[in-house]
Formats: sequence, structure tokens, C-alpha cells
Amino acid sequence: MALLEIRDVVKTFGDFTAVNHVSLSVEAGEFFTLLGPSGCGKTTLLRMLAGFEQPDSGQILLDGKNVAGVPPEKRPVHTVFQSYALFPHMTVAQNIAFPLKMARVPQADIKARVDEVLDDVRLTQFATRFPHELSGGQRQRVAIARALVNRPRLLLLDEPLSALDAKLREEMQIELINLQKEVGITFVYVTHDQGEALALSHRIAVMNKGQVAQLDVPETIYSYPNSRFVADFIGQCNLLDATVVAIDDGKMKLEIEGVGIAEALPVAGAAVGARGTLTLRPEKIKLGASLPAGDDHEVHFKGKVHDCLFLGDVTIYIVELDNGTLVETMLPNAASGRARFFDDNDQVELAWRFDAGHFVLA
Amino acid sequence: MHSKQSKWLWGAAGLVYLFLYLPLIIVVVYSFNDSKLNAEWVGFTFKWYEILFNDAQMLTAARNTLIIGLVTSVCSTVLGTLAGVAMYKYKLRLLPVLVLTPIAIPEILMGVSLLIFFVMLNMTLGLVSVTLSHIAFCIGFVAIVVRSRLQGMDESLVEAARDLGATPVQAFRLVTLPLIMPGIIAGALMAFTLSIDDFVITFFTAGAGASTLPLQIYSMIRIAVTPEVNAISTLLMLLTLALIVIASKVAPGAIKAQS
Amino acid sequence: MRNNRLAKWLISGPPLLYLLLFFAIPSAIMAFAAFRFPGDYGGLLPLMDVNPDTGKTELLINAANFREFLTLENFARFFQEPVFFELFIKSFWYAGLTTVICLVLAYPLAWLIARSPKKHRDLLVLLVILPFWSNFLIRVYSWMIILGPQGYFARSINAVLGVIGVGPVQLLFSHFAVILVLVYVHLPFMVLPLYANLEKHDMNLLDAAQDLGANAWQRFWRITWPLSLPGVWAGAALVFIPALGMFAVPDLVGGTDGIMIGNLIKQQFLDSRDWPFGSVLSIMLTLAVLMLAGLATLIGRGGKRNAL
Repeated sequence: MALLEIRDVVKTFGDFTAVNHVSLSVEAGEFFTLLGPSGCGKTTLLRMLAGFEQPDSGQILLDGKNVAGVPPEKRPVHTVFQSYALFPHMTVAQNIAFPLKMARVPQADIKARVDEVLDDVRLTQFATRFPHELSGGQRQRVAIARALVNRPRLLLLDEPLSALDAKLREEMQIELINLQKEVGITFVYVTHDQGEALALSHRIAVMNKGQVAQLDVPETIYSYPNSRFVADFIGQCNLLDATVVAIDDGKMKLEIEGVGIAEALPVAGAAVGARGTLTLRPEKIKLGASLPAGDDHEVHFKGKVHDCLFLGDVTIYIVELDNGTLVETMLPNAASGRARFFDDNDQVELAWRFDAGHFVLA
Repeated sequence: MHSKQSKWLWGAAGLVYLFLYLPLIIVVVYSFNDSKLNAEWVGFTFKWYEILFNDAQMLTAARNTLIIGLVTSVCSTVLGTLAGVAMYKYKLRLLPVLVLTPIAIPEILMGVSLLIFFVMLNMTLGLVSVTLSHIAFCIGFVAIVVRSRLQGMDESLVEAARDLGATPVQAFRLVTLPLIMPGIIAGALMAFTLSIDDFVITFFTAGAGASTLPLQIYSMIRIAVTPEVNAISTLLMLLTLALIVIASKVAPGAIKAQS
Repeated sequence: MRNNRLAKWLISGPPLLYLLLFFAIPSAIMAFAAFRFPGDYGGLLPLMDVNPDTGKTELLINAANFREFLTLENFARFFQEPVFFELFIKSFWYAGLTTVICLVLAYPLAWLIARSPKKHRDLLVLLVILPFWSNFLIRVYSWMIILGPQGYFARSINAVLGVIGVGPVQLLFSHFAVILVLVYVHLPFMVLPLYANLEKHDMNLLDAAQDLGANAWQRFWRITWPLSLPGVWAGAALVFIPALGMFAVPDLVGGTDGIMIGNLIKQQFLDSRDWPFGSVLSIMLTLAVLMLAGLATLIGRGGKRNAL
């Protein structure tokens, strides 16, 4: 039985449907992420798990029990807030002791548990400090320690890293993964940052307009997006309008108007004549002045360099296809002493293995 | 060029500060002047303070003022805090109007309407009627300070408390209340100061029953000005100053909230 | 759900009841009093009386005789006798002049405090509020000393005037004294909202304006002033409204010439004991205040929109 099961949950605010018939389940010990742009309903869903909002319809089952109507304080669920919400009038130790006091843990045990968790997040020497005397990263760790100290069944994290700068964020990501492994508590993590979601999660639910657009492991979400929205939202992706012209032999032929025929893996539901989008990650495209013909499994197109963006480790080349579509490609700068291989308006060739692209129906 | 401009401006600002303080300094200085007139400096004396401390009427008035001030402060702090919390938490129509209007309209309007009200109820005007009136106009000031304190508070703090196992009542007691306490203390001090300073509403609702220091001062400066008024004024200013110092020690945020 | 509603009533109920009883009902009674006749010995002509035979309280007014108890005469009197309307105009003039003088004095001060180093600001603001915390009557009284005929100030002025051959002037008990003291007691109300507004201004805007070629005056007139309008209107409302209803200041330093509406209202209630007419005057003052407050909110809102 799944630890958390969300069944057909709907939540509206006036005319606005924040969460629209969402169903999903989270296994015990999982690091599960709700990913989506702002307004997609991920925070509302999280608030319903915490008990701050009640679903209009549908069920939320925790350990098989419906938690509808159970107030936040009675749920074995704790939240790490985006603003951290550390009590400014309490020290670090008092903040962490708060949930234990609420649960009427004996005073002696409180001390031990607080010390233990302070040690876990490496803040022992800050126990008597007040939140405003800490750095952003330290506050973050106090917030997590406070939410973990009485071992909730479920830890909810609402964009916990969004207030930190880029470098610190990366450090905290690693720390979060390790912490989750160590404590073994189920994490439900909300973020709009696709990179963070890919790096941290066991599974990701990509949300759009109140619904789950795709739910899968990060690798599948990245390589095989099931819709134009997911492809566009996760990472950089080229989106080429295409029509299915033939399906045979485990391959599908797609016509990209004004450019030519591309091959791809067949997808369920795509019949001849179906219109859709060929999604193609920039790093999967080979680029050269003239590429060898290669085998049958490669797709070849010609184009002209439109822009070059030197990023240090790689250089991005935006290539204009014959029909005017711009395709993003990248070349690593590893072996080259030169800053760039091509200049604007150079004629180039593009190629990719047929199964590197992924067709999604419109 | 820039510094020349600001020199002029600082000069002007200095004059405004002088305008604010000089009159009060004069009152204090003349309270030690050995002359019945507030004119020529004759010599140093404490005799006006002696007269003051032997003035039975003045002492009664001081006692009345203090009683009214304390009762007003306690009652309006409780009611005003409730009102501030209610106005923050709920969408209410009537309460904000009732809370804010007494502050916005000229005091005399409240004074005369309460006068009619108490007379119609056949109430003897005195300490009770004055106190009831003071509470009515102090509630708003407390409510505003408390509400603005609540508005400045991160809303997720209360949610965090609930999330970590606190009931609504525990969340209020352990998180909200300590955080708005400086606002409540500021409100209480404000209500006390407003009450002991109030002249207009007291003037209409006190009748012959209860004289307060402001009423006493009013009748003295209207009829016969003596430096005894300077003496009581000086003491009152000292009292206010002491209150501010205490406030800044008890609740460092209180002074700021009040401004 | 039920608990929530109970909590809502427990929290908002007590202050609501208190203010209904000691603010709303008295105000309504006063509004009603404006339509009644004065009593034989002041106050109001009673609508109820104790019947000597039964000992019960009976209503005297009924459908047939209500004209003996209710009247519009009090309002008619206000509009018929120009002296009352003139007093209103005069009070508006006093309050308006006070507001403008306060603005002129407060603006540079508020601007300077807002531009001073952060660590000094709280102190400078406190210094503005501090005198305002001393008793209101003491602040009036201090000017009675200064302006009094025996004071150094009045004597020096008259000595100077004597040299150029202008007769001695009376400073206390004059229009001048009323305006001066009104300005003195209301000045902090103007400084504080102005400061609160000016402090929030983004200094980069002025640098940007300077960079784009605006001189000091243009920077003030085109940037600072329009952005500060919400503060100006807030301050103006905070000064004008209490100044309009003031009675203690004219009473103490205005003499017979310097009286305002407030003095007339006080007279009706405490001296001539004509409560109905006093209520009419109070209603007129309330209406004036409400109109002004509404106007200030509207203009303030408009100003904010323009500023954005």
C-alpha cells in the first residue's frame, strides 16, 4: 500500500480551479517532486496535504486513512516553508523543540532529541542563537531540522531552496539528498525549478493548469516527454512541427514541412496523417561543416548558423533550417583550442540518431 | 552646491525643532521663577511645587486622572487587541467603521454625543462616564497598532505552528501573542497617555463630579494664570518622558510602533 | 466551521458591542436630537414621561401630535442666520491656513530626516513626536506665556513696532494666536506621514532623473513631489480635520474674535443649553469632515495612481 494516495482531488478558489482531478500515489521512502510553473496548482496540492486547505472533492489517504477534516496539527505531516517560518522570538533550540513540546514529549527526551537533530544538520554551536542571527543556509537547515525532529510520516518542502543563491542551492541539494537517504522519511517536494527536480527526485509529477501532465522518473520525463508542454518546460528542447507520413518496421516517418523527412520511434496513438511535434534535445544533435553519411539510423538536415553563444564549457549554435525554423545545438569546447567552430551564416549539417528525437501528438 | 543646499535645509529644520521645543522649555523654566507673573526672571524657587503639593483639588484631580488612565488603559487594551485581531483575521464591515471613525472625527463630536447619551440615561456624570468615554476612543488606537503589528508578521509562522502540532489556541498563545506583544504594550501605553492627556471628551463627560488634571489646568489657565500651572506641566512632562523611557526598555519595538 | 463562527464572535463581539453602545448609539441619539425641541430647562423636550396616576413611563409622542415634538426648525435656523455659515467659512479658513503652514514647515524637515543616515532617523523622528506627547493644554499654555502682554516676546515686538511708530499690538487673543497655536499643536501630524512616505522613495530615481538632465528643482518638482502626494494628503487630512473641530485653542488664545465652530457647539451644549441646535451644528461639522475625508481619499488614490 502506498504511503500517500491522492484520489481525484479537486480544489477551486472562486472561478479558479487550482487543482483539477489529480490522482497520484507516493511510496514510503520516496523523494517525490511536484514540478510546474507558478499557478499550476502544486502549492495548493501541498497545502491540502498539510491540512491548510480542504479539497472540494476527492480523497487524500495517508497510510490508507482519509485525512479529510483532520486539522494540520493532528497530521503526521510537517512542512518546510518557503520563507522557513522560523519563530523569531525563539532560539534555534526552542524552534526545534516546538513540535516535541506540542506532542508532549517529556522534557528530558526533548533535550536529547534536539541535540541529536542539531548534530545531524551541523548546527550544534548555534543552538542558543536567534533566527535573525543566522545565514540563509543555516536558517534553511533549522527549518528542516524542526520539521524532521519528531519524525513525521511525510515531509513537505515548499520551494525550500528558492531564497538561496545559486552556489548555496547546489550545496543544499546534495545535503537534502543525503539527509533523505539518512532519515528515510518520505519527501514531497514542490518546485518550479526543473533542474532541481531532475537532480533530487526519485519521481516527478509535472503539473500544468491544475492537472498532472506527466508522472515518471526524471530520466523518462527528460528524454520522453509526453507532451509539448512537458518537453518545453523541462530543460532546453527543440520543438519541430511534424506530420506522420508512414509507419513501418519499428520506425515512424515524419514530414517536417519545408525541410524533409525525419525518422523517429513510433508512439502509441500516432497514425498516418497525425500532426504533432518532434522534440529534440540540443545535446543530442551532431553538428559539422559536412557530416559523413552515417548509417540508416541517422536523420540528416542542412542549415545555416544564425547565432553563436559562447558559454565557456559549451558553445550554443542556433541553426536556421530551410523552412526558417531555428534549432538549438551545442558543441562542447573540451578538445578544442578554438573558441568557436562556426561563425554566423556558415553552412552546416545537422544529424541525430532517429531515436534521439521523440514525437508527441498535438 | 549640494552641501550648501543641505546647510540651508538643516538650518530651517533646526528652526522647526526650536519652534517645537522652545515653548515647552519656557514653561519649565518659569516653573522655578520666584514671581507670580510669567514675565521677568526674578529668582530661583521651588515654592510653586510646594503650593502644588498642598493643593487638595489638584491632588484629587491627579488621583482621578490616574484611576481613569489605568482603567482605560487596561480595558481599551483588551478590547482594542480583540478588535485588531478581528480586523486582521476576518472580513468585517461594521467593526472597522466603528473602530476607526472615533479617531478620524474631531473629538468634540464624540464629547457632545456622549454627553447627551449619559444625560438621557440619567447617569451622574463623573469618573465612570469619563472612563467609559475614554475607553471608547482609545480602542481604535490600540486596534490600529495591534493590526499593523499583525500585518507585519509572516503569515506562515502561524501555519508553521499548526503544522508542527499546535492547536489554533496554542498557535495564538505561543506564536502570535508573543510576536504582537510589543504592539499591545505600545497600545496600552498609548491608551494611558491619551487618557491622562485628554481634555475635550473629558470636558463634556466629567460634569461637576470628577475633575482631572487637564480640566484643572484648563480652569487655571482660563481664569488666573499662576506658575503653579508651570509646575504641574513640568511634572506631567516628566511623567510622559518616564513612560517613554520605560516603554523603550520594556518593548524596544513599542516606540516605533507608536510612531 | 461552527467553531470558526463562534471564535469570530468571541473575538469581534466585545469591541463591537462596546463601540455600538458608546459610540454608534450616542451618535444616533445626537443625530435624532437635531430634530427635537429644547427642554424647558435646557437639554431636550422629553418624549416620555412618568404618568403620576399609574406610575408607569408613557410615551408622550404619537401620530397625531408628533409636530409638537419633532421639527426641522433647528436646521432652518442654521441656514437662515448667516452668522453661523460665516463661522463655518471662518473655521475652514483657519484650518486650511493651518494645514498649509504645517505643510511648508514639515516638508523640508521630513525630507531631511528621510535623507539623514539611517541610525539618526529614529532619533530625529522621536524628537518630532516628543513634544506632542506632552499634554495638549500645556502646549497651548506655553504660547499663552510667550504671547502674553508681559512676556519678553510680546514686549520686544511692541518695542520694535513702537520705534517705527506703529501702536502696540495684542498678540494673545487674536486670529494670529489661534493660527500659530493650531500650527504648533498639529505640526507632528504633518511631519510623520510625510516622513513615512519620503523615507520609502527610491533614491535611484533621483539619480536617474539627474542622469537624464533634470536639475535640483526639476528633480523635486517632477519626481519627489508627485511621489510624495499620498503623504501630503494623509498629513493634510490629519491636520485639517482636528483643526476644523478645535474648540480649546480658540477658547484659550482666540479671545472673542477668534472663535470657531467648536466654540459654538460647546456654547450650545454647556452655556445656552440648546441641545437641538448644538446637534445641528455637530451634524454639519460631521458632514463637512466626512466630505473632506472622502475627498482626501479620492485625491490621495488619484495621486498614487498618477505617481505610479
